[in-house]
Amino acid sequence: MYDLLIAPFAEFQFMRAALAGCLALAFAATPVGLFLLLRRMSLMGDVMSHAVLPGAAIGYLLYGLSLGAMSVGGIVAGLLVALASGFVARSSALREDASLAAFYLLSMAAGVLIISVRGRNVDLLHVLFGNVLALDSTTLCVIAAISTFTLFALALLWRALIAECHDSEFLRRVSRTSALAHYGFLALVTLNLIGSFHALGTLMAVGIMILPSAAARLCCKHLPAMVAVSVLFAIVGSMIGLLLSFHANLPAGPAIICALGAIYLLALIAAPNGIFGARLRRLFSPHLEH
Amino acid sequence: MAGGVVGKLMDAALRLENVTAGYDRHPVLHHLHGQIARGELIAIAGPNGGGKSTLLKALMDELPLSQGEIHHAFAPRQRALLAQQKTMETSFPVCVEDMAAFGLWQETGAFRALSRAQRERVHAALEQTGIASLARRAVNELSGGQLQRARFARLILQDAPLLLLDEPFNTIDSRTTDDLFTLIHQWHAAGKTILIVLHDFARVREHFRHVWLIARELVASGAPEAVLTPETLAAAQRTLSEYEANPQQAAVCQRTA
Repeated sequence: MYDLLIAPFAEFQFMRAALAGCLALAFAATPVGLFLLLRRMSLMGDVMSHAVLPGAAIGYLLYGLSLGAMSVGGIVAGLLVALASGFVARSSALREDASLAAFYLLSMAAGVLIISVRGRNVDLLHVLFGNVLALDSTTLCVIAAISTFTLFALALLWRALIAECHDSEFLRRVSRTSALAHYGFLALVTLNLIGSFHALGTLMAVGIMILPSAAARLCCKHLPAMVAVSVLFAIVGSMIGLLLSFHANLPAGPAIICALGAIYLLALIAAPNGIFGARLRRLFSPHLEH
Repeated sequence: MAGGVVGKLMDAALRLENVTAGYDRHPVLHHLHGQIARGELIAIAGPNGGGKSTLLKALMDELPLSQGEIHHAFAPRQRALLAQQKTMETSFPVCVEDMAAFGLWQETGAFRALSRAQRERVHAALEQTGIASLARRAVNELSGGQLQRARFARLILQDAPLLLLDEPFNTIDSRTTDDLFTLIHQWHAAGKTILIVLHDFARVREHFRHVWLIARELVASGAPEAVLTPETLAAAQRTLSEYEANPQQAAVCQRTA
């Protein structure tokens, strides 16, 4: 048991670093992902994660595989897209995700092209799938800083964000914080995508945001409980994924996402609001139905 | 010109002068004149697409007026609009208590915690709307009627002297509607000015002494018995058809200007 669960983390520094990175992501990126999910913007997260790519790629083109350049490039590109999309959604008839479907492919293609101009396939794989087993202390610090900032920002924006998600027309009528909540949230999404991008790559970054959130949505009724449970799922999923990759010699990023996906599927089957949960309840207490 | 003018208006809550407003240069309301006294309870009726919701938005300063002016006795912060239910995200899992407390936004802002007194007011509002027992329930688990009660609680906490309600009883059962009308009459008795967009003519006859019939323009106003006659309703339908047949509306505009 010790060999299976504890030893990999106790004995190998890179496993501890990977675990620390995942924990940081679980505490910040996952709650942000939960709001993304509840705002019906899950696909928007995908678009954003791809929008980050050209920026990171330009940083890579200029400075090679450098943490700072790629982060800054990614943040700038992500924020640009977030602002543009927020503006489009607030001032046109288009919904946010609809207005940006094209961005998804465009950014992805542009990013891959830019990287391939100078890079090797290994670098491309690094950008697309991340490298959670090779997190150095600088990268860890970036991820931890982003997570810390996110937690404070979420705490500060909490009421405005809930009001904005729940009834943005109302919030716009009674206060000017609506725009702050909207753009602030998109900025948080971008920041956390950058954080998880280093660990999990652009293709997988959204996974740790959305999958545990979707599972928690199925298990809980209230928002605070959902946040707690989604973080728990994210932690458990990342640990399982890391151990899986260690013992079976699999790439860590996809292993983590698969573990998170397994939790989601389990929740889908067994959770109170899942596929069978509702039917089971009806079966056992038909008189409770209205 | 955009927005309304807040100023002294003897005993009127608001006065419309030749108001023309709409979206993207397509006016939905044409040359509206009218005045609503303080403390009045008034129904806005008329065919779909006649501009009833547009009027409420214009009264909230949310639409630029292409012509005319709206004079208000009440500042923007003193006006509250209960929009149609479909404008909100009903699947978001916020609890009833917290949602109602959003009505206190002008006191609490986005950051301040609720005081004990404010919590008690939230609870009192939920009592009044009859859903105190659902305070901790998530909003997405409520029925349409319960949700509307929660939104009325939020409206109570907004405590605005001018209330605009857009089809508040759409798809709401008759018992809830009766309960909510009791509240509305209490607000009326307390001196609030209340405009309600309503489709149900029976309800209008039952609860209102004053109704505006709107079909792109003010077709008729007065007591329900005088306004909601087959003749005026047919006239309203005719006016609306004329506007819809002439997208340019030039001819009609000249007639009513």
